[in-house]
Amino acid sequence: MVNTMKLQKMKKISRRSALYLLGGITGTILTPSLPLSKPNQLLERIDTLTQGVAKVEDKILLNLPEVAENGNIVKVGFEIKNPMVANNYIKHVYIFAEKNPAPDVAKFFFTPEMGICSATTKIRLSKTQSVYLLAENSNGQFLMTKKKVKVTIGGCGV
Amino acid sequence: MNKVKPRVKVPKKTVFGEIIEIKTLIRHPMHSGRMKDAKGEKIPRQIINTFNVKFNGRDVFGMTLEPSISTNPYIAFPFKVKETGVFDFEWIDDNRQKYSISKTMIVSKKK
Repeated sequence: MVNTMKLQKMKKISRRSALYLLGGITGTILTPSLPLSKPNQLLERIDTLTQGVAKVEDKILLNLPEVAENGNIVKVGFEIKNPMVANNYIKHVYIFAEKNPAPDVAKFFFTPEMGICSATTKIRLSKTQSVYLLAENSNGQFLMTKKKVKVTIGGCGV
Repeated sequence: MNKVKPRVKVPKKTVFGEIIEIKTLIRHPMHSGRMKDAKGEKIPRQIINTFNVKFNGRDVFGMTLEPSISTNPYIAFPFKVKETGVFDFEWIDDNRQKYSISKTMIVSKKK
């Protein structure tokens, strides 16, 4: 009787300590890869923004160079075909860079007064990667597209 | 620190119904908080995080900037001409310092 109890106690302790050990190992494996943003992290970010609404890919023209010689200054332009009237206009446009330390690059706020939906800016890209564009229509629709940019010299310190 | 200076290009005379492009540039270092200086010490984050445009007091365009925007942020956007008025451009940085500039646009011809 005493023997079996002892045995059970031992089992319990050993299982718990094993779990601790496992947790410690996974922890050490996961930590070093955390600082850089991963594509999954970006997709999660997009999912929280769209909340599962399907994304349409047409009607967007994303203007990006195929090869960017200097990652510090990459010109991004976009144009979305939309009537831009009070009940149907593009409200927000998000730009993401999947492999930058922080995937968020910019968020644009549009109003029907602009006539067309387009804008241009200059961004930093840390390395070769895809740039994502997500647009939110006032009627709840989402548009998304992406384009790969090859970066020769990364924009250090993004 | 470099002097922050905004520059904006708006056509002075326009035609009613035309879609114009407005170009803006502001001289700003946009320190992302990841760069190191010559001594190897981190330069603290100091970026312009908000840009707003008003036309005759109404909000027409806005943008949230993140550290991934280049030094001296350049932003261009369209605008549909309907009336004569004044554009107010405003940039806000991490220290809540505001930089602003105003431009007048005149509709010279009605269709």
